[in-house]
Amino acid sequence: MTTVTKEPDDSGEGAFLSVRDLHVSFTTEDGVVRAVSGLSFDLERGRTLGIVGESGSGKSVTNLTILGLHNPMFTTIDGEIVLDGQELITARESELEKLRGNKVAMIFQDPLTALSPYYTVGRQIAEPFMKHTGASKKAAWQRAVEMLGKVGIPNPKERAKEYPHQFSGGMRQRAMIAMALVCDPDLLIADEPTTALDVTVQAQILDLLKDLQQEFGSAIIFITHDLGVIADVADDIMVMYAGGAVERGTVHDVLRSPQHPYTWGLLNSMPRLDSDLGAALTPIPGTPPSLLNPPSGCRFHPRCAFQGEVGGARCVDELPLLPPGRGGACHLTAEQKQTIFVEQIKPRLR
Amino acid sequence: MEEEAVDVSKGVDVSKGEAAKGEATLPGPREAGAGAAESPGEPLLVVEKLVKHFPVKGGFPIRRTVGAVQAVDGIDLTVHVGESFGLVGESGCGKSTTGRLITRLLEPTSGSISYRGRDIAHASRKQLAPIRSEIQMIFQDPYSSLNPRQTVGKIISGPMEINGIDPTGGREKRVRELLEIVGLNPEHYNRFPHEFSGGQRQRIGVARALALEPKLIVADEPVSALDVSIQAQVVNLLQQVQKDLGIAFLFIAHDLAIVRHFSQRVAVMYLGKIIEVGDRDSIYKRPRHPYTHALLSAVPEVTLDGGAEETGRERIRLAGDVPSPISPPSGCRFRTRCWKSQDKCATEEPPLVRLSGNRPHHLTACHFPEAPTTEAREEDIVLDPALTALEEGEG
Repeated sequence: MTTVTKEPDDSGEGAFLSVRDLHVSFTTEDGVVRAVSGLSFDLERGRTLGIVGESGSGKSVTNLTILGLHNPMFTTIDGEIVLDGQELITARESELEKLRGNKVAMIFQDPLTALSPYYTVGRQIAEPFMKHTGASKKAAWQRAVEMLGKVGIPNPKERAKEYPHQFSGGMRQRAMIAMALVCDPDLLIADEPTTALDVTVQAQILDLLKDLQQEFGSAIIFITHDLGVIADVADDIMVMYAGGAVERGTVHDVLRSPQHPYTWGLLNSMPRLDSDLGAALTPIPGTPPSLLNPPSGCRFHPRCAFQGEVGGARCVDELPLLPPGRGGACHLTAEQKQTIFVEQIKPRLR
Repeated sequence: MEEEAVDVSKGVDVSKGEAAKGEATLPGPREAGAGAAESPGEPLLVVEKLVKHFPVKGGFPIRRTVGAVQAVDGIDLTVHVGESFGLVGESGCGKSTTGRLITRLLEPTSGSISYRGRDIAHASRKQLAPIRSEIQMIFQDPYSSLNPRQTVGKIISGPMEINGIDPTGGREKRVRELLEIVGLNPEHYNRFPHEFSGGQRQRIGVARALALEPKLIVADEPVSALDVSIQAQVVNLLQQVQKDLGIAFLFIAHDLAIVRHFSQRVAVMYLGKIIEVGDRDSIYKRPRHPYTHALLSAVPEVTLDGGAEETGRERIRLAGDVPSPISPPSGCRFRTRCWKSQDKCATEEPPLVRLSGNRPHHLTACHFPEAPTTEAREEDIVLDPALTALEEGEG
């Protein structure tokens, strides 16, 4: 079975995308917000990495950093992001421009704000293709129409001449996907691409992304807060909390035997279509911490029910490390996790 | 008054499942309210043939009404005393408009809304005043629904002030009690909304809705703006309030799993119509309308066995989006996206009736209903042309 990561101290060589010890912080009026601290992961071609986390967990910041989309005036970035042998953090703006929309593409949550209202949909899809491949206007337009057809827009020839406001929500998201895939990117970053959509449309878009990936073979980073969506589309999962990864592994492993109290909490707090109706939901107590002043030690400890099992003040003092490959960043021993999961968590999930 | 200390743990720790004692937590400023207390099971709110059309203006130089958004187009529903009734549907199906009509934030185009036997569909402000305190609303967005310039105390005591209610012990004491009930610290009385997180703000919204001891709360997507770990906290709070205080809820949401968790009866809306209504089990386990089947099959679900494909659920992928409510399809409104559609569907609107095989009170509006099961089919239903093309390409 393929693992998500190699050794964290490994240079990440061979991986298509490798992020090493990434730190991102923003200077604000209230102080320094440490949005991402010490994040490492790898991604292979043709695989989908699902990143789950609540708002403020650093999942979007990480991915904007890959594309170099932060204001350098207020952002401090440390660490290493290597995409196909190219270091991105130190790369010049002109080099990044060549990557964006070409090798790396992004799908945003809200297609209405991500599309320009002034240009036709066809022109917006054709533009990156013209810019990156040097194709003629006519050829690029042809390509745009072809892409619109591929993502399931009926009558693409005519629809390409329309403006975004003439499209429905689901069609706009399809147009965004067409725009992202027009240059056949190696890496596609989808940031909550279906959150703004209705369930029946979400199901179409998720299936479409899965099928298109088979055809284009891109690596996909899929960011969402919905574990159900991840279970549907991803090969690997990384769970983020307060700026760091707390658990990772293949979808199969993480959902079958989750290793971190936060993942347990997420699974327990979601009602499911077949869950037991008699019982109240089991929420995670408290609220996500402020990243201006994150908790010491394990960042999850103020909300964790299993601190006592670890004993002493270890959770408060010491930041648990995320083991290479499959695992969770927690001080509980493997046996403790197993016992707690089997005895306390799993029964509640059915 | 002083001995009337409220158990702090009750408001905060919902998971302990302390039922009962509900009456103790809400010592009424107006004992029992107006009229006698109804017994559970009696109809509290009866909505009949409710219609709301929003005019669409257009034309130049004289703007005329050129059409209407048929947001709600003839729905019937009944909410019983102390019951939680769920209303699900996709965006634009009219579920929020229904909520706003029932709270009379909007006036219906036609139809009747009868609250405890009194028709409030076209009641004037004055006539509504005594009823307003009994029907309260919880809004979706905890940021825009609280006035940023008012303290929490002022926000929660606002309804009492407007209705001229002076609870025994004063409004401040009552607000502090309410804060405890919803799991906030009574010390937060003088704080402003910006000092709270999204989940806490939603609790303030709940406290405000409870301030007048309503009989019916319309909750319009009360948790969809919150983080996953916080959603459960608020759902538990609402459920506890509902059970302990016997308040009837009209719970409007698009999340089918949360509606299932919260509601005893559920109605599914599509383009301004109720297409299926019934008790929770009927809707989720024995749905008959093709749209209900499609909705349920579209919910992405965590399978604990590790995301394996074989889930035993049916897979239905509709084509396209919901049509515009300005010119909805003739006959059955779902027919343009339905795999069972025939000529009859275009000409004849299916009535909302009990089909043979349905349980009592399980009504479905469909000419060609599905089998009552959500088990996987022999073949998936994939209507989306792009998906069909891609999937055939693979095979």
